[in-house]
Amino acid sequence: MVDTWQLVVFWALFAMMGVSALRVVTSSNVVHAALYLVVTLMGAAALYVLLLAEFVAWVQVLVYVGAIIVLMLFGLMLTRAPIGKGMFDNDQRLVAAVTAGALFGVTTWIIVDAFEGQKITLSKATGIRAESIGDVIFSSFVLPFEVISMLLLAALIGAVVIARRD
Amino acid sequence: MNAIVDFLGGDIVVTAIVKTVVAFAALLLTTLIVVWAERKVIADMQARIGPNRWGPYGILQTLADGIKLFFKEDFRPRTADKWTFALAPVLAMVPSLLAFAIVPIGDHITIGDRRIDLIVADLNIGILYFLAMGSIGVYGVVLAGWASGSKYPLLGGIRASAQMISYEIALGLSLVPVVLAAGSLSTVDIVAAQAGSVSNVSFFNGVPVLEQIAELFSFVPNWYIWSQWPAFFIFLIAGIAETNRAPFDLPEAETELIAGFHTEYSGIRFALFFLGEYVHVVIISAMAVTLFFGGWGGPKPDFLPWIWPIGWFVFKTGLFVYLFVWLRATMPRLRYDRLMWLGWKRLIPASLVWIMVTAVVNTEGVSRNARLVVFGILFVIVLFWLGKGDPRLTGAVTPQRRRVHGPS
Amino acid sequence: MPEGGTYFGQYVTIGIFALVGVVLVLGTLQLAKLVAPNVPDTDKYTTYESGIDPIGSGWAQSNVRYYIFALLFVVFDVEAVFLFPWAIVFERFGTQAFVEMVIFIGILAIALLYAAKKKVLEWQ
Repeated sequence: MVDTWQLVVFWALFAMMGVSALRVVTSSNVVHAALYLVVTLMGAAALYVLLLAEFVAWVQVLVYVGAIIVLMLFGLMLTRAPIGKGMFDNDQRLVAAVTAGALFGVTTWIIVDAFEGQKITLSKATGIRAESIGDVIFSSFVLPFEVISMLLLAALIGAVVIARRD
Repeated sequence: MNAIVDFLGGDIVVTAIVKTVVAFAALLLTTLIVVWAERKVIADMQARIGPNRWGPYGILQTLADGIKLFFKEDFRPRTADKWTFALAPVLAMVPSLLAFAIVPIGDHITIGDRRIDLIVADLNIGILYFLAMGSIGVYGVVLAGWASGSKYPLLGGIRASAQMISYEIALGLSLVPVVLAAGSLSTVDIVAAQAGSVSNVSFFNGVPVLEQIAELFSFVPNWYIWSQWPAFFIFLIAGIAETNRAPFDLPEAETELIAGFHTEYSGIRFALFFLGEYVHVVIISAMAVTLFFGGWGGPKPDFLPWIWPIGWFVFKTGLFVYLFVWLRATMPRLRYDRLMWLGWKRLIPASLVWIMVTAVVNTEGVSRNARLVVFGILFVIVLFWLGKGDPRLTGAVTPQRRRVHGPS
Repeated sequence: MPEGGTYFGQYVTIGIFALVGVVLVLGTLQLAKLVAPNVPDTDKYTTYESGIDPIGSGWAQSNVRYYIFALLFVVFDVEAVFLFPWAIVFERFGTQAFVEMVIFIGILAIALLYAAKKKVLEWQ
């Protein structure tokens, strides 16, 4: 059962995320764009809370807002991005729009294809406990879990190779 | 009365509003007192008098300073980025305030037939919430540095954020063994797991004399500080570094960076950065108490049984705040390379090792706390061995001036 | 409206708490704006550079080693995030979960060792 107030919150978040997502791509200042992305990601975290997935929600804040965007900001500070506008516009809007649209379409299609019609029942009293997530990761999804560490290792080695002076 | 409650959205909203107001009032009042206490204590340690004009012993000094800052012009450099510059102090202050939501300050009180837990919200993933608030706090620093459009803040901001993210890892990892021992991410559960006394530890059971000696210590509370003290020290060091305070106050090293990331801030916005730091100190102290020192646990006489836990909590937190002040008055500032060395090459490996040690002990089940004490001692020996002869550890603080040999 | 003590009850409380926190800070800023003086002066709006007029722009390119630290931070943040659910269910899984996590941490320890060996953690 979905209560009315849940729908109200959902559409409010939807509007907020939509506006800030648009501002990410239209903002001419890269740091502002990154901050609008933070708003969008926080909105996603709030959506997870609304879907009873509080663990995923706070992981979203911790990893995406707390780490990935900070990494992006550090990356921006490496560039010659001064305070000001128009430095980074390289007129590839059409290509960017097509790429983004295609990505969106593919992801949507995959998700709908995989989960269409499936229903899960959750307890509104407790939400999804972190225990159940741990249970699933360490029994059914061990391989993806270990692969993540390899992925992170590869990313780090790549960065070290690029950053080293000698 | 009931009509008003219903109008506001029922019990839950009214309880939430009351809790919120009380929590913020208590937190801000505490912060004001902490700022005054710090000046008073440091003055005492430096054989000065400290603030003594406003109120008895100058206790109203912080309030006077706050009011003064209210009436100061708050201007923004020409080169600054308007919105980001305005946003940064808010982001420095708000996450620290919000982290207070998961700190249990007492047991519970009963009003009529309603049970009210003395915590704003007992989230199942309270620890993650605490860490998430810490990671949002980084934005205040990095944005203040970037938005000022000035050289010192920029350098201070990037230096501060690199420091904060480095020690955030150690902070997060130091909480894992506690979570492992308590089996929960909820702060309320972690405090509950520390109730009772260490006599529950069955390490010496069956050993003739030692068993009786162990019995003598049954008054000692079962806090995680005993079994998890390496995690506690990592948490404490990382926590101090997170608040950007001495000896980790490199972000605002005045000899190098003027005032670091908030050089260009004045008036009320500067006050927000300043207060945010002290709120953060209170939060880290409160979390240290909650996770390692039994939270609000303590002797509870029959007289006013609900007020004792709060008293114990405030007392323990106060001791930690005192430690923060003491360290500031005592420790010289670390050099940046040594700061990074300590964080990445000592604290993070140490916390990973300690997580594994805790895990090993927990798989064996019986007498785990006692085993942890043994492992902990081993751990420190390893640490000392690692650091022995390393010039960066023996000289981990600013080197002393070389003395001329001979009589002086 | 959700009941107190339940999942949504906690989050309604957090929501109200957050809202009041933000309003408190913004309200303070707004109040200060009303009472604080505003006396514009050109010199006031220059940036501080030890008392002399600022030279060049306030922008400086940062060092690439900061980026490495940020990346290491992402790596270990993800690791920490996996450690928490692991810590909760550890009691039930026992040795199996322990071995799984040793492999995971081992690979990331290699990452840290690699970075240390390549001297990107040093600060010459």
